[in-house]
Amino acid sequence: MVAGGFGVGKTTFVGAVSEINPLRTEAVMTSASAGIDDLTHTGDKTTTTVAMDFGRITLDQDLILYLFGTPGQDRFWFMWDDLVRGAIGAVVLVDTRRLADCFPAVDYFENSGLPFVVALNGFEGHQPYNPEEVREALQIGPDTPIITTDARHRADAKSALITLVEHALMARLR
Amino acid sequence: MATPPGGRPYDGAHQPPGDHSQNRFNFPSAPSRQGAQQPYQQPQPPYDPSYGQPQQPRIQPVQRRAPESAPPTGTHNPLVRPYAMTGGRTRPRYQLAIEALVSTTADPSRMQGQLPEHQRICRLCIEIKSVAEISALLTIPLGVARILVADLAEAGLVAIHQPGGDESAGGQPAVTLLERVLSGLRKL
Repeated sequence: MVAGGFGVGKTTFVGAVSEINPLRTEAVMTSASAGIDDLTHTGDKTTTTVAMDFGRITLDQDLILYLFGTPGQDRFWFMWDDLVRGAIGAVVLVDTRRLADCFPAVDYFENSGLPFVVALNGFEGHQPYNPEEVREALQIGPDTPIITTDARHRADAKSALITLVEHALMARLR
Repeated sequence: MATPPGGRPYDGAHQPPGDHSQNRFNFPSAPSRQGAQQPYQQPQPPYDPSYGQPQQPRIQPVQRRAPESAPPTGTHNPLVRPYAMTGGRTRPRYQLAIEALVSTTADPSRMQGQLPEHQRICRLCIEIKSVAEISALLTIPLGVARILVADLAEAGLVAIHQPGGDESAGGQPAVTLLERVLSGLRKL
């Protein structure tokens, strides 16, 4: 999973490392029944579309990794619950100029127990804060990796994914 | 999320927790259940009076489309509401992971007479695709794609490979899978 606040670069990150152009899948919900999922008798209510971008990496003849960007609107938690099942982990992208935007994602993954890494996306190449300053500000424990990245670059995105899977593996073996 | 296509083929054992009926899919048109349970025999009022009564599953699969119902060509009309394709059902008969892989097993002659949406999925999945890709490439909502794919699996027209999780670790990816993903990423 690739999570983070609105406009933080989730789809850019997915696109940088995916072998296909990011695709968009949509879930149709009524605003009144979000999370309940029964649209049978609600034809008159306003519907909301939750969009989710994703990419694919074929790692081996019989192994495909899917990268799902979480819906930008944090209130659609039901989509997150759907994604967390079977997920290896999450990259939480952070724009340090808007640190608070990542709080919901960090809280969500801390509560769900899904391994995650925090990746500081340096806009225009700037990294105004170092990872330890961000760790302090976000009150993130010492076990969670915090890295810097540039979501536009394949090598950076790949490296963030490797850090995440290493972290998930360590968490499983611990 | 990683889905090994050879991982765990659909084996019918994924019934929803709490469903202890003998009918694994709670599928009223299954032949073995004829006469035993006909939840939709009575016409339902628009709002189910049993709503809120926990002993009844609130959402139940409906009967397959009756012959006199709308012709299937109507599903190409963009004005048709998404869930019309599914006969109003909002839940598939079994829970498909968003990254579950789907591959067509039927030869093209068997697709005659299938719903157009079913045919499109079969044509798309000649090359293996995830449920998410089916939804995105055919621009149908994810929930609808799940139901249509489940229909096709039920009819034996597609094979589904659900992602393999480690049952002893609450469905988390197995350590061997993580190791394979890691080595695959490093080789990119």
